[in-house]
Amino acid sequence: MKKNQSEYLIKRNDTEYEVVIGLEVHAQVLSKSKLFSSSPTKFGAEPNSQVSLVDAAFPGMLPVINEFCIKQAVKTGIGLKAKINKRSIFDRKNYFYADLPQGYQISQYKNPIIGEGEVILDMPNGEKVVGIERLHLEQDAGKSIHDMDPQNTFVDLNRSGVALMEIVSKPDLRSLDEVNLYIKKLRSIMRYIGTCDGNMQEGSLRADVNVSVRKKGQKNYGTRCEIKNVNSIKFMQMAIDYEANRQVDVIEEGGVVDQETRLFDTKKNETRSMRSKEDAHDYRYFPDPDLLPLELTDEFINDLKKNIPELPDEKKKRFIEKFKLSSYEANILVSDIETSKYFEEVIKKSDVKISTNWITGELFALLNEKNLEIIDSPISAKNLSKLINLIKDGTISGKIAKTVFEMMADGDIDPQKIIEDKGLKQQSDPKELEKLINKVVNENQEKVKEYKSGKEKLFGFFVGQVMKVSGGKANPQLVNEILKKKLK
Amino acid sequence: MIEIQNLTLVDLVNKIKKKDISSKEITKYFVERSKKSKKLNTYITENFENAIKKAEEFDKKPDFKCKLPGIPLAVKDLFCTKNLRTTAGSKILQNFVPTYESTITENLWKSGAILLGKLNCDEFAMGSSNETSFFGDVQNPISENLVPGGSSGGSASALAANLTPATIGTDTGGSIRQPASFTGTVGLKPTYGSCSRYGIVAFASSLDQAGPMTKDVKDCSLLFEVMSSYDNKDSTSIEFKRGNYLKELTDSIKGKKIGIPKEYRIEKMPKEIEDLWQKGIDIIKDSGGKIVDVSLPHTNYALPAYYIVAPAEASSNLARYDGVKYGFRSEGNNLIDMYEKTRSKGFGDEVKRRIMIGTYVLSSGYYDAYYLKAQKVRRLIKNDFDEVYKKVDAILTPSTPSSAFKIGEKTDDPVSMYLNDIFTVPVNLAGLPAISIPAGIDKKGYPLGLQIIGKAFDEQNILNIAFSMEKQINFKNNLNDWWTK
Amino acid sequence: MSIDLKTVKHISKLSRISLDDKKAEKLASDLNAIFSFIEKLNKLDTSKTEPLTSIAETTLKLRKDEIKSGNIREEVLKNSPNKNKDFFVVPKVVE
Ligand SMILES: [Mg+2]
Ligand SMILES: [Zn+2]
Repeated sequence: MKKNQSEYLIKRNDTEYEVVIGLEVHAQVLSKSKLFSSSPTKFGAEPNSQVSLVDAAFPGMLPVINEFCIKQAVKTGIGLKAKINKRSIFDRKNYFYADLPQGYQISQYKNPIIGEGEVILDMPNGEKVVGIERLHLEQDAGKSIHDMDPQNTFVDLNRSGVALMEIVSKPDLRSLDEVNLYIKKLRSIMRYIGTCDGNMQEGSLRADVNVSVRKKGQKNYGTRCEIKNVNSIKFMQMAIDYEANRQVDVIEEGGVVDQETRLFDTKKNETRSMRSKEDAHDYRYFPDPDLLPLELTDEFINDLKKNIPELPDEKKKRFIEKFKLSSYEANILVSDIETSKYFEEVIKKSDVKISTNWITGELFALLNEKNLEIIDSPISAKNLSKLINLIKDGTISGKIAKTVFEMMADGDIDPQKIIEDKGLKQQSDPKELEKLINKVVNENQEKVKEYKSGKEKLFGFFVGQVMKVSGGKANPQLVNEILKKKLK
Repeated sequence: MIEIQNLTLVDLVNKIKKKDISSKEITKYFVERSKKSKKLNTYITENFENAIKKAEEFDKKPDFKCKLPGIPLAVKDLFCTKNLRTTAGSKILQNFVPTYESTITENLWKSGAILLGKLNCDEFAMGSSNETSFFGDVQNPISENLVPGGSSGGSASALAANLTPATIGTDTGGSIRQPASFTGTVGLKPTYGSCSRYGIVAFASSLDQAGPMTKDVKDCSLLFEVMSSYDNKDSTSIEFKRGNYLKELTDSIKGKKIGIPKEYRIEKMPKEIEDLWQKGIDIIKDSGGKIVDVSLPHTNYALPAYYIVAPAEASSNLARYDGVKYGFRSEGNNLIDMYEKTRSKGFGDEVKRRIMIGTYVLSSGYYDAYYLKAQKVRRLIKNDFDEVYKKVDAILTPSTPSSAFKIGEKTDDPVSMYLNDIFTVPVNLAGLPAISIPAGIDKKGYPLGLQIIGKAFDEQNILNIAFSMEKQINFKNNLNDWWTK
Repeated sequence: MSIDLKTVKHISKLSRISLDDKKAEKLASDLNAIFSFIEKLNKLDTSKTEPLTSIAETTLKLRKDEIKSGNIREEVLKNSPNKNKDFFVVPKVVE
């Protein structure tokens, strides 16, 4: 592991503190139905419309596990280069809450489905490996709505029972940038494999953040606090920053940090103790007697392994080696699977260098401006490829290409058609160009004299005039060449 | 008019099939008899009018190919029945009307049976005397103020008093076999995984198993055949080829090796029980069976292990009764206050006691000492049986350490109440099948039962042994219908 | 060992069952009787024994990822002691 130059240290009265961060990411499994019931998982449905008798914990209802969710967890484990545990056990985590209908959450405690793995971050100064402690499957809870009625809380169980993967990192993260990159990388891997859509607005990805601080150079970890359920990278960073500084203050004032669960108040931008709630928490984990141990065969695991697509790390390596991209370019192109697919589609028939520039430049700017994902790009890979070929073979200039590109965005129009309809084809016929140049030279005899008497700066003026009379279509390279001869 | 009183379930099925009698006649008979038997307090919810309507419908369009054609049955109120209140004997479910049907009861109705009503039981099946029900004590028809046993006490009483031709119960630690023994009836606790738990109000998931309660072994075979099925709605349901238990029933047990475990000869066991057991041994010998002395060395630890495992699972299974989705709610100032009041008022003392035990043994710092320990003991108990079954085909023991006791006699002493299940509990811990058959009476005239324990999924074998013994024992309850007077 | 009143109160809190002092005392004495009976297990050496979690000696059966339920809001809310058209209603949760 290379040393990270952009260290995140908190300084107080000459003492520097290092911040140690571990994340427990809850990623919603992409599946049609829930982990232990056959009701749908779709986001945004009418309240309590996606609830089965199992999800609402009616008497006598029993859990039956969804095979696809298990496959999704194993696939994610493979993506995290992690140990797949062939035998895992579902436990009950017991606590009372309005949106927890069973009075317990089915989760995995001592024997999770996935063991240790790793995630590689591309830091500006090289790679950093973040350890994965485990990944386990568990049920999501419902939703308590506190702000619809002054006296009451409303409960919607649509999410109750949706499958989650809890991905627990080792306390290997050291800065806000690393947290950002870690979440993005995790998200990227899961989207590549298709196990989680990573949509943070819809709550498909959220994290409990463990934060501790220690004096720089100290070996032992400090006491950590867990900040529950933070649902955006920005909030994670704000929460960590607040919490780390709070802990440093406690220590600097001669106090000790209490190990506790805290929540992040996004309005006040501060973390707060949840201790009052914690008091009655003793989860009394025990193996769920309604379920049997889950046993996976080698065949089951190998079948899944065979179908794992090329993942971002390998793809990046390939892009660099095969297409001679810079590490920076490769990173941008592989971070999102759809981008990489788009890129590979474009370069099937087009120049890699020009394609890379156009995708990371013009296309990204366009998507950004329109706030679109690449999968909804108004210009298809096929048409962008055509445009790039038209630039490459000199049919249009780079400048004209930008105009064409803008017009293409209006309904994914074929660039060839635009060029023909608008007559934007580059003039590269030397005879035609010579006619234009003669006209310009004839009409500007005064300037020709000045040029010939040594005012060489005027060359640009003649080029400009030729471009102007050609309506911008003249091939600038040829114009240059011919003009030079003419003005000799 | 045929004398329905003395007919077994199998008899009734045959008579209906021969059109000697109609479903309506039978149903009316049991309805009338049930109506006159309120003193026994066996029913929590009656379905009498509906049942007669259904019987009429059956008679109009009879299907004689099914196994229980037009037969009315009352069931333990632990089975969820669609559109008919299901209480589990608890105040917390006193108004709960399921919108779904348990797999077991569904199997009954699919076989042509008709629901008579829901029978009283100990609250959430926690009890051995039917004194913990929110709906009051159940009387044993054998004698006034006698408990019928529990938790399927309402089922056992209704069956013994002939208010239903047969019934079904659930057995977590003896809840079918002990009341069967106390009422002079037959009760089978099937192998774990044989009968679906879907739609049965859960007590202890790793131990609960539904089973038939009947007048004789033939009836038991028939009803078990209908109940047992693989169910993909229950992850612990086991897929195996289920037999035609009634058709294959035989009284020939020649050469069968029957084990007599010495550890069941407990201290202070009444001589009558000892004698009964000996009588059973003699009968087996007479029928050509071979008696083998065996040892189940961890028997003594079964009950303590059970009183860790069952309450632990129960404490979690009963967490869903919180006043939010269904059932009773006591209003509170805030959510937690509401929970605490609801559960305090909604559950009875025995249920609360067990929830507390279960919560304690799972709580941080105690899990290893209690819960984990109990699971290890459970392994040892199962290993004991596995060892013994290398040598014998089945095991014979008394069903209970005593006959039925008086109502109120043991309510203040939970441990002595728990000791009732000393012979039945090991079977649940090991997941094995066992049947209790009436085998005699004590000097008070109260019935006593013998238990035959089988290998896993070997129900046919223990039914055969029971069938053979039943013929020789020729037990009859002498009831004077005191409760109708 | 003995279970004191404080422990009983703690368990009652964990189980969300309120208890008045009289009930708590009765329960403490019941629990002590039951646990002194359970203590018998300590005589047994189980250091080499694997715990038995499930008696059914088979592995977990897997279900296909198909939607077969849902859209039964009325049915789900029907038995609730306090609800409105869309939701279960509980007393305000104070965070
Ligand atoms: Mg956490
Ligand atoms: Zn979690």
